[in-house]
Amino acid sequence: MTFSLKTALLILLGLLTAILAPLGISSKFQLDVLTLIFFTAYIGQSWNILGGYAGQFSFGGVMFFGTGAYTSSILLTSFGVPPIIGIFAAIFMGAFLGLIVGYLSFRSGLRGSYFALITLAFAELLRVLANSVEFTGGGVGLFLTYAPGLHNLQFNSPTGFYYFSLVLLVISLAIAMWLERSRFGAQLVAIRENEDAAEALGIDTLKCKIYAIMIMGGMGGAAGTFYAQKYLYIDPPISYSIALSVEMLLVTIVGGMGTVFGPLVGSFFLHTVNEFARHFIDTPGVSLIVYGFILILIISFLPNGLVGLFRRTRKKKDDNDA
Amino acid sequence: MTKSHKLFAGSRRQFIGRASATFALASAGLSIPHIAKAASAVKIGLIHPATGWAAYPAAQLRYGAQMAIADINAAGGIKSMGGAPVEAMLGDSQTKPEIGAAEVEKMNEAGVNAIQGCYQSAVGLAASATAAKYNIPFSVDVGVSDKLVQRDLPNVFRMADGYGRIASDASINLAEINKAAGSPAKTVAIVHEESEFGTGTAKLVTQALAKHGLTVIETIKHANPTRNFDNIALRLKAAKPDIIMPINYPGEYVLLAKTLRQQRVDFMASYSVLGGGFNFKFVEEMPQIAENMIDVNHWYDPSSASGQAMRARTESEGKYFTFEVYCAYMSILFLVDGFERAGSTDKEAVNAALASSTLNVDFMPYGPTKMVNGQNMGSRAVAIQAQKGDVQVIAPSSYASASAIFPRS
Amino acid sequence: MFSEVLSLLPAGIINGLMFGAIYALVALGLTLIYGVLHIINFAHGAMLMLAMYMAYFLFKILNIDPYVAILIVTPAGFVFGYTIYRWGIGKLSGGRDQNILLITLGLSIILENSALVFFTGDQQTISLPYSYEAFDLGFLYLSYPKVISFVASLVICLLLWMLMTLTDLGKAIRAVAKQREGARLVGIDVEHVFAVTFGIGVACLGAAGCMLLPIFYVDPYTGNIFVIVAFTIVVLGGMGSIVGALLGGFIIGITESVGGLILGESLGQVGISLIFILILIFRPTGIFGSKV
Repeated sequence: MTFSLKTALLILLGLLTAILAPLGISSKFQLDVLTLIFFTAYIGQSWNILGGYAGQFSFGGVMFFGTGAYTSSILLTSFGVPPIIGIFAAIFMGAFLGLIVGYLSFRSGLRGSYFALITLAFAELLRVLANSVEFTGGGVGLFLTYAPGLHNLQFNSPTGFYYFSLVLLVISLAIAMWLERSRFGAQLVAIRENEDAAEALGIDTLKCKIYAIMIMGGMGGAAGTFYAQKYLYIDPPISYSIALSVEMLLVTIVGGMGTVFGPLVGSFFLHTVNEFARHFIDTPGVSLIVYGFILILIISFLPNGLVGLFRRTRKKKDDNDA
Repeated sequence: MTKSHKLFAGSRRQFIGRASATFALASAGLSIPHIAKAASAVKIGLIHPATGWAAYPAAQLRYGAQMAIADINAAGGIKSMGGAPVEAMLGDSQTKPEIGAAEVEKMNEAGVNAIQGCYQSAVGLAASATAAKYNIPFSVDVGVSDKLVQRDLPNVFRMADGYGRIASDASINLAEINKAAGSPAKTVAIVHEESEFGTGTAKLVTQALAKHGLTVIETIKHANPTRNFDNIALRLKAAKPDIIMPINYPGEYVLLAKTLRQQRVDFMASYSVLGGGFNFKFVEEMPQIAENMIDVNHWYDPSSASGQAMRARTESEGKYFTFEVYCAYMSILFLVDGFERAGSTDKEAVNAALASSTLNVDFMPYGPTKMVNGQNMGSRAVAIQAQKGDVQVIAPSSYASASAIFPRS
Repeated sequence: MFSEVLSLLPAGIINGLMFGAIYALVALGLTLIYGVLHIINFAHGAMLMLAMYMAYFLFKILNIDPYVAILIVTPAGFVFGYTIYRWGIGKLSGGRDQNILLITLGLSIILENSALVFFTGDQQTISLPYSYEAFDLGFLYLSYPKVISFVASLVICLLLWMLMTLTDLGKAIRAVAKQREGARLVGIDVEHVFAVTFGIGVACLGAAGCMLLPIFYVDPYTGNIFVIVAFTIVVLGGMGSIVGALLGGFIIGITESVGGLILGESLGQVGISLIFILILIFRPTGIFGSKV
């Protein structure tokens, strides 16, 4: 993906707007919503690396998030390590978990739904273990103390977390952009399109896939620290339940798999739809029924995701076809 | 409480200033000029898990709160504020702490004057901490973790018991019941669910029971959810405890009770603490299983006229009179009493008024309210028992409506 | 302590077998859908929940015993499944994996929240007159509902196996599962077969729901409680294999039961995930599966 001047300017404009937004938005709630949108886009992008670009769908993405959250939180509560350092440990542990899961799964040749299911199984395994082990706090979970400060990656206002999530988001977009221009990214796409052909072409598919899942893992780990420091409480259900795994793939598929801005677009769209529906509909559950229908409609008519809409109106040809 | 309060307020001056200015502007826009008594509504936010696995308790909590608000408005609103009506703002936490916290932000922007919630302690912790940033009065209607009131936050209050006081009440009540029957019971087996609710309560109860000469011989932790209680029933049968003590959520509570019956496990009593599934519905629909089961929980005072009236009214509207209903009602009364005595919606004044509340809640078996660090010390959990298809309060004796059938018949 | 566990082992194994048969029934529908259509149905749990609610209302309003209600709920499940696939999933997905994922996900959200809106979130249980009657084995009581569910599961597995091996429809389904294009070439209406398979899968859920209701409870979210176990069984037994689903159900049931006895009910759950992972690594086609 090479940047036309127009695209580059648009991206810069978007970035500038995002940076300046808190000055213009006085509503703490809106900032909070944006923070959640950025966070979901970030973690969706981590799924996108492995699922969108490399074509390996995972249902267990939450395990990197949970492991990262526990890593930095345990380092903090048991060893006094400040989260600004702990987040790197979280990234490391997430990547390391990715290495283990990736090696075990890909080495065994698991693909498609089998791979998806084994990632689900790993997440479940970790959930049960987290529930039963002392140092994670077991079923009780871990409570973190409120102590704002950069070293704690805690902020006393939504603005601080807004910028934190923005930084994460920009990093994730940069990773995806790098992927689209790099040889590694091209290799992932080749694996996605036809793994056997890619292997025949001399691509070390095993190594590539493992690198991809390690990137996903590292990104997920940082997300876990972010969450732990913002909400100050984690337990096994929060850390390892399937809901977040589903959300990651949801925003990416709806937004557009294998694209740089897919997860962001998807996140914006789905959050907005949700908020909108809740605003007008009071009865619990009805807004979610509407949400469900919208999901089905979107994927039925826009199988390439929302980004596909922008693609069609642009006079550009080729591009990676998702 | 005072030291951190000052620190807190000091660093929040900027935001409070900005928020007050916004609110002033907003209310200026709302108020109609040239009317002598402006009585703009006092907004109370209700944050509960309206969608998700806890949807039913959430619906009950909303119902109780809205009933209270309707009654207050019908009686003329908040008198000291010119008859200002109370208005509910509904929020859905979707069982997630982050959404609960976001709802607080949203409500704050919409000018909420107090918030009530959240059923799940994890959500309550996140939401009340967010509310603390703006000093919004926050009343926990249901949420048993004692961490809620251990953070030195001047805006957080809880009228009902937390698991610390409930564990203590449960042990006292059990000792009383046991003694009245000649102390036949010596051993207890606890079956609790794995999260903070079950684990935390179990730990405290074990400590409290020891003080009353009752030994916990077996503690069985189970998953959330659990599909099958057969093995647990067998383990209990082998351990032969005098008392079985479940601490879990409704689905598992009922399943365990049924399984114990199926496996013919023998014991003197099932004595649950915060038994999620013990309520009028359980007793009505499964009278054979429920008969003589005891629970220690939030409960209304059945001898009070207002309590009976509330129950009749709830049941006439086709709903079950679960503890969520009156706990939510009580919480609204508490908040409104704070506004009444403060005479305004000024947050510091209201929080101060709430902290010094001596409210007497007629339909609860409580003493007058006395807030210590945000926890009402006048609260009390009572022991209730299913007897012949109805529920009776059996302990403490001052509130008992019937004597305990112990050991069970 | 160890001797306590040892003494409870026979009971644990039998408990595991009994419950395993129910798991097998939930897995049966899934193995067919997954094995033939190769789709992961996110709405599987929600449909099980609907089946349970249907059995519940038939009992509450019309006083029909759930085991009798199987005769109503199962065909209803088939009709529901066939319709949803033929004019829903099949039409809208265009056969793409991510589409089917999202569509079944959207479906599960719609079904769960519709149940919430119409039935409320309150948990419902039922008690049958014979719920607490049991066979006395000495070291264990086998309640009547559990035994009936066990026997019924075996019968349904047998009927389904006969359908798949002895009837033309069954042969068509197996043909489509093995070689979609080839089947089309010999004149099999593949879309129709897909829809029928989906329908049968949901019909199995209908039966499973009727059998679960007396021994569990229902609320809008109960379906999901059984789904991950069902997936484990499907992979363990081999996609598309009915015998595999039954055997897998027994193995998982016993693993869960004995694991719970040895490791405690909380940690005991680890057995299921471990088996899932190990099977996928060492023998992804499962016990009775053929080529992937």
